[in-house]
Amino acid sequence: MNKLPRFFTFAAPSRFYRLAGLTVPWLYAVSVLLALAGLYMGFFVAPVDATQGNAYRIIFIHVPAAWMSMVLYMAMAGWAAVGWAFNARLASMVARSLAPTGAAFAFLALWTGAFWGKPTWGAWWVWDARLTSELILLFLYLGFIALVEAIDDTRRADHAGALLAVIGAVNVPIIYFSVYWWNTLHQGATISMTAAPKMASTMLTSMLLMTLSFWAYAFAVVFVRTRALVIDRERGTEWVHHLLQNEPKARV
Amino acid sequence: MNWNSASEFFYMGGYGLYVWGSYAVTAAWMLFEPWQVRRRHQQALRQARELQPQDD
Repeated sequence: MNKLPRFFTFAAPSRFYRLAGLTVPWLYAVSVLLALAGLYMGFFVAPVDATQGNAYRIIFIHVPAAWMSMVLYMAMAGWAAVGWAFNARLASMVARSLAPTGAAFAFLALWTGAFWGKPTWGAWWVWDARLTSELILLFLYLGFIALVEAIDDTRRADHAGALLAVIGAVNVPIIYFSVYWWNTLHQGATISMTAAPKMASTMLTSMLLMTLSFWAYAFAVVFVRTRALVIDRERGTEWVHHLLQNEPKARV
Repeated sequence: MNWNSASEFFYMGGYGLYVWGSYAVTAAWMLFEPWQVRRRHQQALRQARELQPQDD
């Protein structure tokens, strides 16, 4: 055994399994604390919006959910591509684990958007460029899940999924820039890299706290799902055999 | 402080249905998914255990 720490040691499913298992409770704790702080800021400190009244408070989950849906898609496509190009098994497992959480955030972005659009635009849904491209993102996630589940050969399924995920990645910049490229009903970017924020700093703080909370949450659930996949795929191996024998039943 | 009473808080200036309709579904999912992935992990361990060769 090589005792020197090496970058790729974390790519070994056995290493990942232990390390991820240690971080999950902390990630959940961080997520809950950040959400409590963010919700307190959002509902008790941030003032009411001058034009949208209290309906705007949906922003504290709507924008983080929409961001997560895009970030998780890029992560999914990236890991799927790594898994394909370098024949890295763990990367493909991570890609698969990201899909349901990403799909959920895409759905939540659309759902909370509908509940925001109804009182402010007067419609639950419009075929606006931003909304439509986000809906396509949800379908890409669902298509990825359906495709990899439909193919019995695990590695072939990983490769087919990677192809779909990488091609679909073109949709993410389209979502992001849709509010600039087309004349949309959807408002412009809430936060821009090039301009000062147009919203009250307490609103911004709340939104960023909720975003960090969603990040921690996403890491936690994706890690647990990946751990399950690792066990599924590695159950014939020596290290899983040891794991099951040496660990008490509840704690593995 | 934005609210003078609990009912004012839940009323949300007339937007209660929209605000709480958004938050309720998000919260429901974010409670369900951690439970679901935990179950999925335990199921994977259980299946792996059943397939283990008998101890020698």
